[in-house]
Amino acid sequence: MNFDDTPQEAAFRAEAKAWIAANAPKQYEEELRKASLGRVQLKGANILEVAKAWQKKKADAGWACLHWPKEYGGRGASPIERVIWQQEEGPFGRLSSMFIIGHGMCGPTMMAFAGEEQKRKYLPPLASGEKIWCQLFSEPAGGSDVAGLRTRAEKQGDEWVINGQKIWTSGAHYSDYGILLTRSDPNVAKHKGLTMFFLDMKSPGVEVRPIKQASGASDFNEVYFTDVRIPDSQRLGNVNDGWNVSLTTLMNERMSIGAGVSTGFPELFDFCNSLMLEDGPAIENRAVRSKLANWAVKASGLKYTSMRAISALSRGERPGPENSIGKLVAGSMIQDVASYALDLQGAAGALNGPEDAEVAGKFQAMLLRAPGTRVEGGTDEIMRNIIAERVLGLPGDIRVDKDVPFNKIPTKGRA
Amino acid sequence: MNFDFSDEQKQMRDEARKYLAEQCPPKAVREVLDGKAPYDKALWKGLAEMGFLGVAIPEQFGGAGAGHLELCVIAEEMGRALAPVPFSSTVYLAAEAILIAGSDAQKQKWLPKIASGDAIGTLALFEGKGNPSPKAINVTASGGALNGVKKPVADGAIADFAVVAARTGSSGRESDISLFIVDLKAGGVEVKSLTNIDLTRGQAEITFKDAKAEPLGAAGEGWSVITQVLDRAAVLMAFEQVGGADRALEMGRDYALDRIAFGRPIGSFQAVKHMLADMYVSATLARSNCYYGAWALSTNAGELPEAAAAARISATQAFQHCAKNNIQVHGGMGFTWEFDCHMYYRRANAVALGLGSLSYWEDALIDRMRKKNAA
Ligand SMILES: Cc1cc2nc3c(=O)[nH]c(=O)nc-3n(C[C@H](O)[C@H](O)[C@H](O)COP(=O)(O)OP(=O)(O)OC[C@H]3O[C@@H](n4cnc5c(N)ncnc54)[C@H](O)[C@@H]3O)c2cc1C
Repeated sequence: MNFDDTPQEAAFRAEAKAWIAANAPKQYEEELRKASLGRVQLKGANILEVAKAWQKKKADAGWACLHWPKEYGGRGASPIERVIWQQEEGPFGRLSSMFIIGHGMCGPTMMAFAGEEQKRKYLPPLASGEKIWCQLFSEPAGGSDVAGLRTRAEKQGDEWVINGQKIWTSGAHYSDYGILLTRSDPNVAKHKGLTMFFLDMKSPGVEVRPIKQASGASDFNEVYFTDVRIPDSQRLGNVNDGWNVSLTTLMNERMSIGAGVSTGFPELFDFCNSLMLEDGPAIENRAVRSKLANWAVKASGLKYTSMRAISALSRGERPGPENSIGKLVAGSMIQDVASYALDLQGAAGALNGPEDAEVAGKFQAMLLRAPGTRVEGGTDEIMRNIIAERVLGLPGDIRVDKDVPFNKIPTKGRA
Repeated sequence: MNFDFSDEQKQMRDEARKYLAEQCPPKAVREVLDGKAPYDKALWKGLAEMGFLGVAIPEQFGGAGAGHLELCVIAEEMGRALAPVPFSSTVYLAAEAILIAGSDAQKQKWLPKIASGDAIGTLALFEGKGNPSPKAINVTASGGALNGVKKPVADGAIADFAVVAARTGSSGRESDISLFIVDLKAGGVEVKSLTNIDLTRGQAEITFKDAKAEPLGAAGEGWSVITQVLDRAAVLMAFEQVGGADRALEMGRDYALDRIAFGRPIGSFQAVKHMLADMYVSATLARSNCYYGAWALSTNAGELPEAAAAARISATQAFQHCAKNNIQVHGGMGFTWEFDCHMYYRRANAVALGLGSLSYWEDALIDRMRKKNAA
């Protein structure tokens, strides 16, 4: 039980600290520090450009995708070094939000299934932020039930022809590449007829239409495919083995989403420290303290759970399904925290103009974004299923469509 | 960084688990539950022989001198097995108070007896309802004699001695409180057993009438020692709670795999699966908070007060959550005396109170976090 840096870790930390101090875009530090969950905007600057510039600078100096091998744009760092970097990067890490899917999910999938030449070609620009990637899995008919997807892939010579539609694709509107899960054989059971590809999002026949989200922002999209051609060389894994390939992606997704999740607690604690209620400071109110204490121990529990996971990783153990806990707990917590912060403001809690709302509308933005957090990357219910089945060893859900050929599965709940 | 127990510590855990599985099966717990004995004497002797009672007591005072991380490991196993022995009162409360405040002579006198299982100790703090507070202490000490009533006192009816918090001043401040060691077998002490919701660990009322008392630590320093003792005990007790929570979860999981309803194991129903998943979540968060507490305790870090409160709250919630839902998973069987579920439920709800209830620790946690932030 030891939190101290080893001499090696301390040296790494000092190096990272010094480099960040000398190179980070400090003019945005304050704004980034104050930014609300899922809503990073910069006044008078294009966030995408600022983010890309910071990522490129990191990559050139060897600080991008630290845990990736050097030849693919990383520096072969240990999991602990990666955490040290994140601690030191602090608010500047928020600039990475548009790279998360590429770095956390697409990259590892490419690393596991692409050819060597492709890895050397595509991964370094992904690491450096020059190219942005998206994940084209979910469809109107297949979100939790990813294997229910219908986008078709038909082989024609050395190419595949893709037709269909994806939905909720984060960042598709600014992405250069994507990994794409398709149905290559509708005559076999649903998990058995899938194939995975990567593609250039500028390919003819790809059309991206931003969707306005419940929060009012437009971070995700519908993506339509009309006779899009993908060379067979861009297939990831074997034909009809896409399900197994996607499991690699999803496992990494849970790790990368679960690792750095926000809970909203530090923000709420600060807020209660400064907020005056009718009868004095909020932090001195008995009921407020009780709520805060309950969230405090959840937030610290998550923090130390991830430290335990990192310790296990650094001993060479693989990240397991227990990592589903992070998003499950943080997702509903941030929703409750935000709604409580509004409650403390009374009627004025409903206002969210940056001038009128407390702390520039941070909690209002958090509240409106939170429902998405509980859905993206697997819903709360799917996370609980994973814990129950794969950690606790309980029986799998009954799957009535398991052995039915895909094209015989009913498509509507109410006939 | 290595945020885990060492291989030796894990080995010790395995050893303790194996020992307790053999020496403290539910059948043994039930002897005490059913009132056949006030505590398991044979187990108590055995724990002494294994070196578990003195694991954190320095060698010069007859202990194993291993340390507090090792004690955390043992505590978890004691909680898991619901060991019906005065472990927490003797080891986390009395021994820690003496370690913190005792003179060399007092340590020489009491600690070897604790380590060898020859003396059962406890902390006599509460006087009726309410949470730990210097204001709530009305037992007085003057001229080496104690007067007043303490209740509830954990394991008070079987203890040989008690560390007693008493009033020695009337300034209305914390410095009015001093600590004393009282031989409970001597004159001027009346002990009455009280029934309580956890039938495997006793509670008592102790009346002092001019009882002879020996000062522990400096006069007026009592409250500061109490706070330290409670913080340290909070971490250790949290490990017991996590051990209990884990066992309750395991029992629920096992039953869910065996019991068939509507032609399926009940563990295949999502409502049951999700209930068990949530039990896992609370037990895991609590365990992680406990690890932080263990680190703070073993290094005597400045973070200990905050870490202890977090571990205490989180482990209390987890044990209560797992214990109550374990009964729910077991259905009607879970509500029978015959099944062990209620023993965990009783323990979970009793240990939630003994070191100060949740509201006390919630208050403490926020106070401590606030001080840290202001610093
Ligand atoms: C902000 C955001 C960003 C996203 N980004 C991407 C992206 O970049 N790429 C991408 O591919 N997808 C993305 N998604 C899609 C996301 O992965 C899916 O929305 C999610 O997996 C849920 O699927 P669904 O929407 O089809 O809901 P459904 O599966 O229809 O779920 C509806 C309800 O049914 C419940 N349910 C479904 N199945 C079960 C079950 N087996 N047991 C219990 N309950 C069940 C769900 O928990 C939910 O409450 C994003 C979603 C959001 C909100």
